[in-house]
Amino acid sequence: MADELLLEARGLCKAFGGVRAVDGLCLHLARGEVRALIGPNGAGKTTLFNLLTGQLVCDNGLILFQGERISGLPPHRIWRKGISRTFQITAAFQSLSVLENVQVALLSRDRATHRMLATARRLGQEEAVRQLARVGLADQAERPCFVLSYGDLKRLELAVALANRPVLLLLDEPTAGMAPQERSALMALVSRIVAEEGLTVLFTEHDMDVVFAAAHRITVIHQGRTLAEGTPEAIRGNARVQEIYLGGGGG
Amino acid sequence: MTLLLLQFLTGLTNAMFLFLVASGLSLIFGVTRIINFAHGSFFMLGAYMAASLAAVLPGGAGGYYLGLLLASLAVALLGGLVELLLLRRIYRSAPLYQLLLTFALVLVMADAVRLFWGPENRLGPPPPGLSGSLPILDQQFPTYDLAILLLGPSVAAGLWWLLYRTRWGILIRAATADREMVGALGVKESWLFTGVFVLGSWLAGLAGALQMPRQALTTVLDSTVIAEAFVVVVVGGMGSPFGALLGAVLIGLLQAFGILWLPREFHMVIVFLLMAIVLIFRPWGLLGRPLQSDRGEGGWVPETSRWAGNPGWAAGGIALLLLLLPPLLPTFFVWLLVEILAFALFAASLQLLIGSGGMISFGHAAYFGLGAYGAALWMQQGGLPMPVAFLLGPLAALGAALIFGLFCVRLSGVYFAMLTLAFAQIAYAVVHQWYDLTGGDNGLLGVWPASALATPLRYYYLALLAGGIGLAFLGRVTDSPFGVTLRATRDHARRCEALGVNVRAHQLLAFSVAGLCAGLGGTIFVFLKGGAFPDYLGIPVSVESLAMVLLGGMQSLWGAPVGAALYLFLDTVITRSTGYWQAALGGILILLVLSFPRGVGGWLAGKTSREGSPDG
Repeated sequence: MADELLLEARGLCKAFGGVRAVDGLCLHLARGEVRALIGPNGAGKTTLFNLLTGQLVCDNGLILFQGERISGLPPHRIWRKGISRTFQITAAFQSLSVLENVQVALLSRDRATHRMLATARRLGQEEAVRQLARVGLADQAERPCFVLSYGDLKRLELAVALANRPVLLLLDEPTAGMAPQERSALMALVSRIVAEEGLTVLFTEHDMDVVFAAAHRITVIHQGRTLAEGTPEAIRGNARVQEIYLGGGGG
Repeated sequence: MTLLLLQFLTGLTNAMFLFLVASGLSLIFGVTRIINFAHGSFFMLGAYMAASLAAVLPGGAGGYYLGLLLASLAVALLGGLVELLLLRRIYRSAPLYQLLLTFALVLVMADAVRLFWGPENRLGPPPPGLSGSLPILDQQFPTYDLAILLLGPSVAAGLWWLLYRTRWGILIRAATADREMVGALGVKESWLFTGVFVLGSWLAGLAGALQMPRQALTTVLDSTVIAEAFVVVVVGGMGSPFGALLGAVLIGLLQAFGILWLPREFHMVIVFLLMAIVLIFRPWGLLGRPLQSDRGEGGWVPETSRWAGNPGWAAGGIALLLLLLPPLLPTFFVWLLVEILAFALFAASLQLLIGSGGMISFGHAAYFGLGAYGAALWMQQGGLPMPVAFLLGPLAALGAALIFGLFCVRLSGVYFAMLTLAFAQIAYAVVHQWYDLTGGDNGLLGVWPASALATPLRYYYLALLAGGIGLAFLGRVTDSPFGVTLRATRDHARRCEALGVNVRAHQLLAFSVAGLCAGLGGTIFVFLKGGAFPDYLGIPVSVESLAMVLLGGMQSLWGAPVGAALYLFLDTVITRSTGYWQAALGGILILLVLSFPRGVGGWLAGKTSREGSPDG
């Protein structure tokens, strides 16, 4: 891989009260790679995601994205720079239709969310349907979001996160709560889209089969710090990782 | 020096009453998460009952003070009954419906007091043995106030003992911190809730009973007391009884010394200014803790969906009727229709804020009232012709909404609601006391339409045009890209900000649009009534607008005008047929809330919806 550095996080710290959720963490992502972020519950994975998207502000440290400092920017600015995410707990807009969920992202991309005198239904509808078709939801476009099955919600989230053609996609447990077959189907979908678009992906996941199948490289974090980083084979063979994480009933 | 000491003692005495009322309100909110608007009514009831009981019970001083105690216990009993028979049925409803229910109780109790004790101000019998005064330095201080100064801290100590030294108190504190946890521990929540309601009501009743010898009893005691209690609870921290103590002392002293040092114009503003400042810098209050949002994102607002069928033909039919029917109607109904139009627009603007934006305003009347005052002032102080003043009136509301909104949208949920209330009370206090500009509590009179528009029918058609444009605009906004995005921010603000949406900016925009349209409603209203009065900005009008929105249901923007029409129609019909319209209206509201916990519109939508409801 001709490693072009896409994202660099240096010495990130974030404490909640006395708990140091992220404690001097460093992370380097190369353009085009698919990176898994693993670690026991409470290791700081979701906190790290929130720091990268600006939804939490780090106490200390620096985040560079495509060579530009993004730490300290509000979330909506960071999104415009090309970092998109999904949430661990499905975060669809429950009162909107499936189509409208994608439309919101498209409207935002086109800076049209403040328009009051246009009719939303007519804006970006075709493109939204195309986006839904990519994740196999086109036939459900007009349904209210709250009737979707859990697996379809996860697909919808993916469509929404991809709507602005992000450079870096953060997936927070994309397959959590899904049945095994559904999991592999969803991850196959993710892999296909990632390959088509040349996306860089950082994802967290508890299912080790998914992790080892999908990731180019794996970062293990523990107690808010990087414990190990390497190829799936290297991580599998790492004694400390086995001791602290894989061996501890996590796999 | 002596004067300062006396003001200090007076301030502390008032603080004791504020503490008793506010600690009850705070306890009830902490455990049940119900914002009990009827708490001030319990206070008022306590005062009136104490006056009657103290006068009739035999045994001199003993009978008198037994009367005060019995009055407070009667209020506690009533609180328990209210909880058992009414509130208990709707804990699972959206908090807004609970609010509507407590507001209905305010109406019922206000008329009950009028019915039993009459509308005139009353003086309670003086307290035997404590009616004199004692010399302090070279001034006289009322003996009764000194007794209160001793009694207040002992009640606080008793409360502390109850909360920190009994099992029941531990449960109360646990429920305040994490309600679901207590349920999970196997504690029977329902009896805890009833108990807290009884205790809270008792404190309100006790405060009222003790206050009885100190001031004339009036039928507006309920609203003055509840407003101050809100301030104390918010400043001290919602759910924190000892925050209430601190808040009460602060407010009591601020009022006592404010009278000495501040110009008269600031007396009323000052406490609400303090409330606003606390909310801006420390929304959870001085001694409170940030509330866990226990229902997740947007949980304050009932779930809504727009899958309720298209009311297009109905809207068209109604529009046609509104256009053709009025010339055939008696003048009285033409005036009623103008009033309905004004309130329909007002309620619809609140509906945009709540239904689409998930922002529950307790102070929306401010923008309605400022629209009214704006038009009146453009005409009277600015010397502009009436049609121009009519057009410019709503701008006053827009300006206020922009400024207040800037602070409000930084908060969410109950904190947002409380800050809108604080700003509305500030606006109310300003128009109430700025005599040179607004005529103070006399209001601005003679605000009539230009002579070319002065017949009922002509003004009706102007109102129909303005109201129609306003409603059409709101309808358009609801279905616009902005409207859809606003619903998205309500459904999941964090998802939205991670999609490049500046959530606060959109909320501020919605707040401003709502303020502008509410202002237009106020402008329509002011030329109907021929004058602007501070009451237009008051809490009752804010709650009325909430009641209209809730009556209509949240499902669509068109619920609000229906709710407004229904509310005003009931109001008018009942007023004409009975002297006790508040009680009747309150009774109807209670029945509606209990039978249609999702609003009438929501119930209708549920009947016609294709895909079922979000909860089903």
